[in-house]
Amino acid sequence: MTLTLQAKIPSGPLQGKWDKHKFECKLVNPANKRKFNIIVVGTGLAGASAAASLAELGYNVRAFCFQDSARRAHSIAAQGGINAAKNYQNDGDSVYRLFYDTIKGGDYRSREANVYRLAQVSVNIIDQCVAQGVPFAREYGGTLANRSFGGAQVSRTFYARGQTGQQLLLGAYSALSRQIGLGTVAMHERHEMLDLVLVDGHARGIVTRDLVSGAIDAWAADAVVLATGGYGNVFFLSTNAQGCNVTATWRAHKKGALFANPCYTQIHPTCIPRSGDHQSKLTLMSESLRNDGRVWVPKDASDTGKKPADIAEADRDYYLERMYPSFGNLVPRDIASRAAKRMCDDGKGVGPGGLGVYLDFGDAVKRLGTEIVGERYGNLFEMYQRITDDSPYQTPMRIYPAVHYTMGGLWVDYNLMSNVQGLHVIGEANFSDHGANRLGASALMQGLADGYFVLPYTVGQYLATSNQKKLTGSESEFTTAVAATKARIGQLLAIGGKRSPSSFHKELGLLLWDKCGMGRNAAGLQQALAKIPSIREEFWGNCNVLGDGDSYNVALEKAGRVADFLEFGELMCKDALERNESCGGHFREEFQSEGGEAQRDDDNYTHVSAWQYTGDPATAVLIKEPLIFEEVHPSTRSYK
Amino acid sequence: MNLTLKVWRQKNAQAAGAFVDYAMSDVSPDMSFLEMLDGLNETLQAKGQEPVAFDHDCREGICGTCSLVINGIPHGPDRATTTCQLHMRKFKAGDVITIEPWRAAPFAVIRDLVVDRGAFERIQRRGGFVSVGTGHAPDANAMAIPKRQADLAMDAAQCIGCGACVAACKNASAMLFVGAKVSQYAHLPQGQPERFRRVLAMVEQHDAEGFGACTNYQECEAVCPKEISVRVIGEMNRDYLRAVLVGVE
Repeated sequence: MTLTLQAKIPSGPLQGKWDKHKFECKLVNPANKRKFNIIVVGTGLAGASAAASLAELGYNVRAFCFQDSARRAHSIAAQGGINAAKNYQNDGDSVYRLFYDTIKGGDYRSREANVYRLAQVSVNIIDQCVAQGVPFAREYGGTLANRSFGGAQVSRTFYARGQTGQQLLLGAYSALSRQIGLGTVAMHERHEMLDLVLVDGHARGIVTRDLVSGAIDAWAADAVVLATGGYGNVFFLSTNAQGCNVTATWRAHKKGALFANPCYTQIHPTCIPRSGDHQSKLTLMSESLRNDGRVWVPKDASDTGKKPADIAEADRDYYLERMYPSFGNLVPRDIASRAAKRMCDDGKGVGPGGLGVYLDFGDAVKRLGTEIVGERYGNLFEMYQRITDDSPYQTPMRIYPAVHYTMGGLWVDYNLMSNVQGLHVIGEANFSDHGANRLGASALMQGLADGYFVLPYTVGQYLATSNQKKLTGSESEFTTAVAATKARIGQLLAIGGKRSPSSFHKELGLLLWDKCGMGRNAAGLQQALAKIPSIREEFWGNCNVLGDGDSYNVALEKAGRVADFLEFGELMCKDALERNESCGGHFREEFQSEGGEAQRDDDNYTHVSAWQYTGDPATAVLIKEPLIFEEVHPSTRSYK
Repeated sequence: MNLTLKVWRQKNAQAAGAFVDYAMSDVSPDMSFLEMLDGLNETLQAKGQEPVAFDHDCREGICGTCSLVINGIPHGPDRATTTCQLHMRKFKAGDVITIEPWRAAPFAVIRDLVVDRGAFERIQRRGGFVSVGTGHAPDANAMAIPKRQADLAMDAAQCIGCGACVAACKNASAMLFVGAKVSQYAHLPQGQPERFRRVLAMVEQHDAEGFGACTNYQECEAVCPKEISVRVIGEMNRDYLRAVLVGVE
């Protein structure tokens, strides 16, 4: 059976689509809202804001997170800021410009209507957060401060020191906490979603494991919302938290939800290079550093062993300023990452293994003084020093790109509902707004837009029109799913092999970074596709998961997530191989201009690649959603 | 370098726990403390022994998940640093390192080094918010907030809710945690309408959870990875007193 994808984009002029759609969405009568149960999985910016907003509307909400508190979801680690088209700086920003920058930044691989809506509601987000008491940075006059960010020539980024994600998440968490206190949200911490339950083709519940007691439970609802983040940890080393995983979205995929553009991964240009094999994660240094820091490598490869202070100004290549004079150090992330890789590939990389470039604050300290530089970046400099033992006030930082964000995710329509009726997917977990590359300070914007201002309208439309019978969670679909989940846990515990779950994760991650990382080519992807099933096979034959299923068992948690990564990684490579073009973060080495820039193939690839599960990732079926540009004409991106 | 670890192992909340010694070899100074424990766990698993359970997630010092009392100090010896950001270069070859969970009656041990911090959630739900629903907000610049007040609010808002303050306090007081939330909102105009109601409710829950009172030893500030100042406790006490004497409105 071939599916056809209905994006359900409203007709009419771009500027009026969302208002028209909001009016056309069916409403649920206030007295009826309390009769509907909604499950929200994940409590990051998208999940917490959605759970709080839905509860405020009157729905019964049940929220789940695997962390010990909703406040610890990985949105908390976002540093730099959040974009909004407020134009407080009077520098020419507008909803249209934010829309345009985001479409262009995504390399013309996102939906116009979704992106325009995102830009529209961005202004409401800032208002909402300020009202909640989020302490954004302010000027002496008491108004909000802004800074510029990669990929934009206006200052539209709002920030709270280097901890914007933390403050926004704590804002959403405070709204969520209030609702929990009022009894409108039932919160389940330390619970992991392990399956999605369908009844009559609709998403009607989930199966979870209580990570403390090991209890496997089924939960029924009228709609399910996944806000479970991205899959960057498939690479083992990434800037994601250790617990970030693909399990919830992958299990939903196996129940029929299409996975869109899994090959679109974002490699962030400014991370601390790895220091050895013991490394468990890579630490991001906010992109905002590129506002005042200058990126360079030695002009001469033979200088790479010298101390940076011993390399004369004339012998330094400020390559971003040279290659992209109009954006300079503020080019988008994919461009900056690839340029760094090219420098290192040419032997000009610095630090261990030649895998690093300098990010230099020498000029900024001269121009602004240590105090102002410290005020802007002090906490980031301290973090850098703790990890590397070097002070960026005195010596340039060493940075290298690392996996940071995933633009791909479960396919959703304009209502943020997947092809599985009733299954809504928001935030990084969906694919919808960033195309092939996300601009800095846009992830926070999308998470909160989805949760505060989009989903509360569109869920109502679904509930008001779906007419599904009430369920208790004891129907056969639920008992079957619980039994299957228990069987799988039993299977993991029974492998009884020799290798730890982490060792498989590391093996997969290194392979993917090598073959499906910053640069990809057909031969490498084919090698990865041949290799992944054999790693998976070894996992199921030789992994050793100690302990039992009835208690707090970190090895078991890890093993379940790694098993899903081992399946998902194959789909990612398959998607990357199928997309015979370079766009945004997806750089196929065969498709580049003479200057080494990404070369799109608009005739053949102006579409979303949505994959349908068939029982084996190797035979996943590709379904295309054409991208139609009515407003913007796709052109070759230029930041020169 | 080679080290000896004395790690608290405890099967669950009901079981009795004990220290177990582990010898660690070839620890790199560039490792983070948790990467060193990852290494220990890989070794244990290879020997068929269950890994040590410890809480951790972002490993960049912001999520507040990681804990550990290291050689008697919550988050270890480094100032303003969470355990996940502590690096092994702060230790030397031959060191004996004692690793324990947060110890406080309201934080029951779940397993090994993992504790239940649910009490913080319940305190938060009593008043750690501004009661404003989605969509109620005026324009963000409609209200000018002096930079100094915004900065003071931000200083307090940086709390990551890790619980080190409780672990360091001989009274197991969570006043630094509660004070940080109370202070954040007390410095902002948005927080004013519920200012006194909030402080009463949060302190009431704090006491009901079994956390002790503050007796001004200031150990909490000394170990706080975000350097939250005990100023917030003073501010909280002032607001609390006023709420008791004058009422909440």
